Amino acid sequence: MPAGLYRALLTVAGAVAAIVLAIIISSVAIIAAGASPGAAFAAFFNYGETERSVVNGITSMLNRSVPLFIAGLAVAVGFRMNLFNIGVEGQYRIAAICAAYVGSTFTAPAPIQIAVIIVVAAAVGGLYALIPAIMKVTRGVNEVISTIMLNYIAISLTAFLVRGPFTGERGEGLLTTSTPEMPQSAWFPNLNWIFEVFGLPAPRGGGLWGFLIVAILLGVGLWVLLERTRFGFEVKASGLNPSAAVASGVNAKKMVIAAMVLSGAIAGLIGLPEILGDKHAFGSNFTPGLGFLGIAVALLGRNKPVGIAVAALLFGFLDQAQGPLQFANVPPSVIMIMQGTIVLLVVIANEITRRLALRREERRAAQELGRNTPVEVAA
Amino acid sequence: MNADTVAAVQPAVQLEGITKRFPGVVANHDIRITVEPGTVHAIVGENGAGKSTLMKILYGMQKPDEGTIRVNGAEVAFRTPSDAIDAGIGMVHQHFMLADNFTVLENIVLGAEPKRGIGLDVAGARARINELAERHGLRVDPDRLVEDLGVGDRQRVEILKVLYRGARILILDEPTAVLVPQEVDELFENLRELTAGGLTVIFISHKLDEVLNIADAITVIRRGTTVASVIPAEVTARQLAELMVGSELPTPETRESTVTDTVTLSVSGLTMEADGHRPAPAGTSVELYLDRLREEGRRLVLDDVSFDIHEGEILGIAGVEGNGQSELIEAIMGLRPAHGGIRLGDADITPWSTLRRREAGIGYIPEDRHRQGLLLEASLWENRVLGHQTRPPARKGIWVNRRAAKADTARIVKDYDVRTPGVDTLALALSGGNQQKLIVGREMSGKPRFLIAAHPTRGVDVGAQAAIWDHLRDARAAGLAVLLISADLDELIGLSDTLRVIYRGRLVARLDPSDVTPERLGGYMTGAITGTEEA
Repeated sequence: MPAGLYRALLTVAGAVAAIVLAIIISSVAIIAAGASPGAAFAAFFNYGETERSVVNGITSMLNRSVPLFIAGLAVAVGFRMNLFNIGVEGQYRIAAICAAYVGSTFTAPAPIQIAVIIVVAAAVGGLYALIPAIMKVTRGVNEVISTIMLNYIAISLTAFLVRGPFTGERGEGLLTTSTPEMPQSAWFPNLNWIFEVFGLPAPRGGGLWGFLIVAILLGVGLWVLLERTRFGFEVKASGLNPSAAVASGVNAKKMVIAAMVLSGAIAGLIGLPEILGDKHAFGSNFTPGLGFLGIAVALLGRNKPVGIAVAALLFGFLDQAQGPLQFANVPPSVIMIMQGTIVLLVVIANEITRRLALRREERRAAQELGRNTPVEVAA
Repeated sequence: MNADTVAAVQPAVQLEGITKRFPGVVANHDIRITVEPGTVHAIVGENGAGKSTLMKILYGMQKPDEGTIRVNGAEVAFRTPSDAIDAGIGMVHQHFMLADNFTVLENIVLGAEPKRGIGLDVAGARARINELAERHGLRVDPDRLVEDLGVGDRQRVEILKVLYRGARILILDEPTAVLVPQEVDELFENLRELTAGGLTVIFISHKLDEVLNIADAITVIRRGTTVASVIPAEVTARQLAELMVGSELPTPETRESTVTDTVTLSVSGLTMEADGHRPAPAGTSVELYLDRLREEGRRLVLDDVSFDIHEGEILGIAGVEGNGQSELIEAIMGLRPAHGGIRLGDADITPWSTLRRREAGIGYIPEDRHRQGLLLEASLWENRVLGHQTRPPARKGIWVNRRAAKADTARIVKDYDVRTPGVDTLALALSGGNQQKLIVGREMSGKPRFLIAAHPTRGVDVGAQAAIWDHLRDARAAGLAVLLISADLDELIGLSDTLRVIYRGRLVARLDPSDVTPERLGGYMTGAITGTEEA
């Protein structure tokens, strides 16, 4: 069996074992909460009776997964270099409000308008991540501390901006404040036609967010960047062995700045699926916490785009079950218990399978050499 | 001492046939040592000879693959250091392990606290410490904070800590490395009192004059095995140095000089401060600034190092490790800033980045291949790209040229006889010798003009060693300039065209490898001979 295939199979087996274990542990929690695990797990797959409700369920799962996927990518870029960018949370929020505000100030043909909004979001996220990067390379400030602190600043700053300078007209009877609504040219077309191709009814509300396409392209692009280019090689080398990378001429400071800014720029896009596809403005009810969830998603996906996609889908799948669980009389916080146990167990499983794979590689090399090596000639 | 008359007295420690293997390396091989009770027994050897592995085995930090350990006649098998402590063996580490914000008493009892109820029995502990200190002449004040103590006092606290745990056999790992001469005298005074009190001391060092001064018996370790056990009265420092570095020279081959007149690398006045590089203040010349540092008695890890290496020349740097070799390499590679100038050919490369230096044709075989030379969890071909990521064949525009990199790795595997299942194998799966051959092959790729070879054959088997030597000689014949740094004197003498000795950051001697003896070299290296430079 080729080593790559073996490693992939081992990873999958580890993940499956971890999820099964997580289900068992969550069952205990469900029983403790006074509900039946069977009913709870049935609720996860209960998408309703009608075709429309099934479509709605799938749509809400995918819509939840898209920002989680982008958040996972953002965190993973840092992880690849042993940089822990906890600041994704703050970076995406500040980027989202700036992008939503800029998008509302002008009207241009849709492709241009949307492109400008994406560029603004990425630039703001990247610039906000530049602050901890500069503090790290010039003064040696640990990025974990500085990004956590910058999160507080970003969160409070967005709360101020949405009520102050960037605030729009409040709609009739609405309690939330938000930035001015963006013109129609800034609305990302939805993907409801996919359902129609299969003869299914369109989902209600904003539909399947078109930003899904951008997210997929982003994932593919990031994979190419990290796995095929010189920059990606330098990221990998810096992550695997920083001192060897430096001795090989990789500029450690430049790499820290590049990785942090790239991570922040990707983080800047996390809020866009919601803003461009649904809300068309940044409001005080904007989804929080995606940056922190992104850490879990990146861990779960082993910092690889494909793995992160699977992890994001899993989280989306669990999250969309909140409604059905309540109908089944199961407290929806069970989902968070499941997410927590899955992340913990998968991280453990990843480490175990990684070691198994490395050991097998060593053994295999030793065996192959043992077979066809002539007796070593003493000098 | 006649063995028959004291047959009842068992050796305090007896090691027989101790062998320890690590993947690809034999760290210890058939070690035999007998330590008589109530003596100071010195174990001497070069860095990397296997002393520290041996001590780790004796202190239960590692298990030997073969051989037996006897303590006071009884065979023991230690699994952890606490087993060794239970058997009465204590270790005083080279780097003190004390909590600065605790008092001497608290440090001594830490981890072995005498309890009274749930409280600490301070009075009992103080009485016991005072009694121990009294008996062995180790004067300390139990109530002082460790952070207020000098180095010598701290060492006494470490020794007391070990005695407090009931040790009768003390291992001291390079205890004089951190001491000034007066403190060394005091330590020796303490050690004599300890042995007079019936305790046994195992003293690890490479400082020969000290060993001859304090030891009752000396065992020499070279290349992982015990080569001699001698009585200090019967040997001179030179004989000991000879035993330590090995007197047998490699068969001197017909040394056809390939040295040309063209200077490839020129280093002038290289000086590095120990406590971080500071540029000379504005308005002061670098020379004046450095003179002032010397006057102030600041430690310089490199002090006015100058040399030229010509095309086709191997310049060997001999020296006991820690005398500035690593810093010299780091300065030439641009990894650490230093004062002075470095020229490669006609270009002044002093302000250049590491990358630019590498691109200009500097190859680097690092002293620690796992730390600086390899990505262990990456494939061989990715390791081939490392350090060459900006040059063909590894690079094509912004892309890594995977196909070309793999093909070139296959070439290295073939030409340098790297034993591997394939170029996609992870580097960690290879033995040390094969990893090193891959690194040598990589650094010789892309036509380097100058190569730094730091301990190029450390920890590799004999076959790989000979192959690497051949590659270095061939490259030299083809016009490569090489800076060779090694702890292996045979290697230095056998390969170098010119030998320089580094001692405390200075180049102290220039020797001709064709008529130098290892003992004379050893003399310069340890500072025993402080001669002028030979022409």
